[in-house]
This record gives sequence, C-alpha cells and structure tokens, in this order.
Amino acid sequence: MIEFLRRLFGQSGSSATAKERLRLVLMTDHLELAPEMIEKLKADLVDVISRHVEVDRDRIEVNFERQDSVLALLANIPIVSVNRPGGNGSHSGESNGSHSAESNGSAQALAPSPTESPAQAAAEAPAAEDAVAVGPAASKKKTAGDAAPHVRKRRRRKKNAGPNAAAAATPT
Amino acid sequence: MQQTQAVEHEAGTAAPAPAPRLGRAIVLTSGKGGVGKTTTTANLGTALASRGVKVVLVDADIGLRNLDILLGLESRVKHHLLDVLEERASLDDALVPSKYGDTLFLLAAAQSREKDDVETEKMKALIAGLRERFDYVLIDCPAGIELGFKNAVAGADEAIVVCTPEVSAVRDVDRVVGLLGNRFRPQLVINRLRPALVRKGKMLSVDDVNAILRLPLLGVIADEPDIIVTTNRGEPLALRRENPTGAAYHAIAARIAGEDVPVPMPPLSKPSFLERMSSLFGGKRA
Amino acid sequence: MTPRKIVVTSGKGGVGKTTTTANLGATLAKRGKRVILIDADIGLRNLDLVLGLEKRIVFDLVEVAEGRCQLRQALIKDKRFESLSILPAAQTREKDAITTEQFSSIVDLAAQQADYVLIDCPAGIEHGFRNAVAGASEAIVVTTPEVSAIRDADRVVGKISQERKPIRLIVNRLRPEMVRSGDMLSVDDVCDVLSVELLGVVPDDEEVIDTTNRGEPIVLDETSRLRTIYDKIARRLEGEMVPFTNFDGTSLFGRLLDALKVG
Repeated sequence: MIEFLRRLFGQSGSSATAKERLRLVLMTDHLELAPEMIEKLKADLVDVISRHVEVDRDRIEVNFERQDSVLALLANIPIVSVNRPGGNGSHSGESNGSHSAESNGSAQALAPSPTESPAQAAAEAPAAEDAVAVGPAASKKKTAGDAAPHVRKRRRRKKNAGPNAAAAATPT
Repeated sequence: MQQTQAVEHEAGTAAPAPAPRLGRAIVLTSGKGGVGKTTTTANLGTALASRGVKVVLVDADIGLRNLDILLGLESRVKHHLLDVLEERASLDDALVPSKYGDTLFLLAAAQSREKDDVETEKMKALIAGLRERFDYVLIDCPAGIELGFKNAVAGADEAIVVCTPEVSAVRDVDRVVGLLGNRFRPQLVINRLRPALVRKGKMLSVDDVNAILRLPLLGVIADEPDIIVTTNRGEPLALRRENPTGAAYHAIAARIAGEDVPVPMPPLSKPSFLERMSSLFGGKRA
Repeated sequence: MTPRKIVVTSGKGGVGKTTTTANLGATLAKRGKRVILIDADIGLRNLDLVLGLEKRIVFDLVEVAEGRCQLRQALIKDKRFESLSILPAAQTREKDAITTEQFSSIVDLAAQQADYVLIDCPAGIEHGFRNAVAGASEAIVVTTPEVSAIRDADRVVGKISQERKPIRLIVNRLRPEMVRSGDMLSVDDVCDVLSVELLGVVPDDEEVIDTTNRGEPIVLDETSRLRTIYDKIARRLEGEMVPFTNFDGTSLFGRLLDALKVG
C-alpha cells in the first residue's frame, strides 16, 4: 500500500530519475574498480566459446556500455575457424560491410578488419554487430522494470550482414 | 562510436587556429567539502558557455568524481583525465561534449584511481594545453588540502572560493585562501544562504562572512531545494534563467567575464515559498 | 566491555560527519559512557568549533604523535558532559605529518581510557582518510540522500569493506516533505543502493546551523527532536534493537505526525 502511494505521489518527481541514474553509475563504477573481475570474465567467456569455435584470443574485446536503462556487456570475439562443418560458407564475402555504417558500440569500433584469406572471411566476420549483451546483472532492485538479470542478443545486422560470433553464445 | 565521432567533430571546431590569447584557468575550491564547489562549477560553466565562449570543466576529484553526474553526462564518459595524462587517450577522445550547449565540454576524473597517481607537472601541462583551446578552463577541486587540492590548483591562474555561511566553512576557506597565496586573487561565492535564517539571526550574513574573509564578492546564491532536484536529474539550474538562482549564476558568469553587473544577492525581506507553505501548516520555519 | 574504535566517514564532504561525531559522542557520554572524539582532519579541523572548545586547545594530535606531549595533556574535557573529551587536530600541519602507525597507536592509547573512541574523518579518500580508517575497527558512513553523496559513500564503503571492518549507515539531512513529493531519494532507496546496515536517519534541521554557530551540539537542546534521534542511534550502537522512525511515510497520519514533530 505504501509502495502504491509512493508510486502514486512520489515517483513522478526527480527521485525516480536519481535512483535510476545511481543504479547505473554505481554499476559502472564497480566495473571500473574491478578490472580483475573483468579479466576473469573475459577468460571464462573465451573458454565457453572455444568449445564450439576457435577464436583469436589476442584480439578479444570485452566492453561495458551503458544504454538507456541497461548496462550491456559487449563482446567482440573474432573467430578463426569453426570446428564443425556448417552453413556459414554461403555468406562469405558479405561480412565486410557489416560494421561500416552503424556506429553505436564501442566493441564495434574495435572490430577487426577481414583477413587476407578469403576462405576465412566468413569466420572472421566482426562479431560486434551481433554481440552478446548481458543485462543489469548487478541490479539489486526489485522495483525496477528490468530487474532480473537477462541475456539478450543485440542485433545490429544490416540486410547483407554476414554470420558472426553471436552463434557462440546462447542467449537465455 | 557516434559519441567518439561527435567529440572529434566538436573538438575539431572547438580548437581554434593559433589562439590570439590564452583562456583563463580558474580553480573552484573551498577546503571544506559539500559547500557546493561542483554545483557551482557546473552552473558557472553552463552560464559561461551560454555566452558563446568555449568552456571546459575539469573534474580534479580523482576517485570521487561527481561533475559528470551534475551535468547528466555520466553515461558518456569514456576516457578520463588520467587516461589523457598517461597518454592512453587523446584529449579529443576524452572531452565529453555537454548536452546543454555546443561550446561546453567536460573532462572527467578517473573514478578507480588515487589522487597521488597524478603528476603535478603533467597536470600543469594539461591545463596549459586546454587554455590554448578554450576561453575558460574551470577546475573543480576536491575537498581538503591534500595532494588533490595541490594538483587542482597547480595549473590555474585564478581562483574562486566557495563558502557557505557556517563557521566551519568560513574557517576552512580562510585556511585555503592562506594556502593559495597572492598569486590567485581569489574571489568569493557565498553559497546556500538562507535569508530567513539570517533574518532570525541564526545564520551568518553575507557581511558577517566577508568581514572575516575580506574577498572580492562575485555573488551570493540562496539555499534551494531545487538544487537537489537538478542534481537528481543532471540538469544544472543555470539552464533555467527564469529561476532566480539560475539567473544568479548567469550574473556571476557575466561578472567573471568582466561585465559590470550588480552582485547577485537573494532578497532578504520576502519569505520564500517554502516558508509560506511551512507557516501555512504550522511549521517551525515560519 | 571492549572499547569500540569507530571512524565516522563519508567520502563527500559537508554531509555532516563532524556534526554526527559531536552529537553521537555527546549522546553516548550522556548515557554514561566514557567517550573520546579524535579530529583526524589535520589542517582543516572543525570538531573543536562544533563543540565550542576551540579556545581551550593547548596541544594537538600531531604533537601527541611527535611525543611532544602526553595524550592526556592534549585531551580537552567537555565540561557539559561527565565523560566526553576531544583530541583536536593540528591546524597548521599537513595530513602526512602523521603516519598510519602513529595514528593507530594514538587511537589504541585513547581506547585504553574510553568505552568509545569516535574518529572524525576528513573528506576525500586520501592520506587523512586512510589514517582515520586504519585506526578504527568499525565504521559509520554518513551520507545525505543525494546522488553525488551516495556515489561517494559507495566508494568509501568499497574501500572499508576491503579491510573487512563492519560498516553501518547514517542517512543525514533527510527532508521528508521532499521525499514525499518525489524529489528526494528515500531511506529505502539509499539503503538499496548501498547495501549497508542502517544505523539511523537524521532529518534535516536548520537549528543545527544555529547550534553550530554557538558551539553547542544540538543534543543539548531539550526541545530538539534530534535529541531523541541521536539517542536512538546511540542505543542501536550499543546493540539495542530500536525501531526506526518512518520518515518516508505517505499516509495522512504520517504527515500529521511530521507536522506535529516540526511544530
């Protein structure tokens, strides 16, 4: 009841904004304060993905990016080869343009350029346009709409976009 | 990426060809914390930039940054002051354009580092570089008089001291003015004055404060519940010229710019809306 | 009982560390505890001013550290209370005039003759903060319901938890009417964000400015509602279970109660 009244009378003011801003800024602060945790997360992420595809460990980029109301984990994981035979080959050559025009991701800015080997072009497609985004995992809020930690795929694919690393991570 | 491009674009236009003269580097300091240094920096920066001059706000509070929050820019900070000093990012990449004016920029502090990570000489060089590109460099100093204070002050050539009408704040400002020495010709902003309390003799008046400090007075800002709201939202009050406090910041900015306008001063006579409301409900504040 | 060594800290300045230290110290002393307050803000001391003891300073913390006087010579006894004394900071020295070891040993020395040693920490997270925290075995973090203060408090909570010292929170300067109008974060909001055990909630009271001007802690004022509030905080500190006053209540009853308390 109190919660209802508070919502009715209170949350229209600036305190709701303050709360939301604080939640996000503290998550960002905590990430900035915990580089070891991020390194470990990166290593774990790579281990999981490596079970399915061979990735270029030296060029992995993991970034956190704030969007409107979520903190997203953006992983850019260049793939060297796919362990199992799959349908990826048909898209080869198209991956090239997939990251040129869109411009809202730090991970994307760091996407590697396609390699010299045409045979590998598909596998090397920049991962950023379909990166794995992890929701506000650190959230303690019960009231916030997006309280439950969630994993979602961020689709930034253009119409001719190639295959990419998102296949390596299974959402939800 | 969009943001990075925007920064580059803005910074590109912001950087003038050989500057005719250097911009002014002003440190905002107080000794005591919580008197409103950061709020004053954000508002004066906003007000100055609205005059069409190029302004950069530098958050020197390494480890406890807040200027980004007050300007609503916390989600846009990608690089910070130490990234620039340690050459991990270019100045152009680190300057965050304000939402509220295309001549206003923020250089954020590092949150995960310590104040003693800053080399004073590098800080001086950074401020000198900024003075070539901006008309005003406002430096938001951390509380206290330790290394963070010394670094914030190092590159500045002017100082604004912010003081509230409280004994402890006045004492700390007095100490800071002593530490600043003669080089800075510090000017005074008195913040959080509550006219009703002054009337009742429960708060030091502007004259009381300045009888002790004896500094050139730039302006007086009233204590405003609105300030909390603007912090909550990340929108400096100076965006609202119709608001008396917003207008006061613009008057102070004009005075900084050398205009001959009167010292803004909250009226002592009229009871505020809050007081009227409070008396209506039988509160003690009446 | 084992003497308690508690640092009162906040990260952000001006949220009421010194006022809290003075009033909590005074309240504990009224309750018959032997209390020593240490001002760790070397160079910007204010605890003496808040308690109105500035004229009685003879020696200070740094002089004790340097062995130029005994601790008992430097302690100023507050005559309004049976068992309250303060150790003032040095005003014309730097924070690094005293090492962490020196500070800790002074706190330990003080603890030998007190039930409570409260350390008034300087703002920021520099040398002075590190000294003050190192000397304590538990912490009270003071914050106001404002975004910047909470962010700084969070930073400080992180630093103190690394040392595995228990932390409790005082939310200071709450304005219930602003919480109700939705323009100020509520106590619940603050606790949610910081995840620290709540020790007390102190409403904003402009009389504090007046009492500080006069150098009299507000808990001396028989009519002040803050007197009851600090008393509750002191009792919680002593381990008693004391229910919290609900300042966030939106009910008409709560509002009436508020109005009555203010009036």
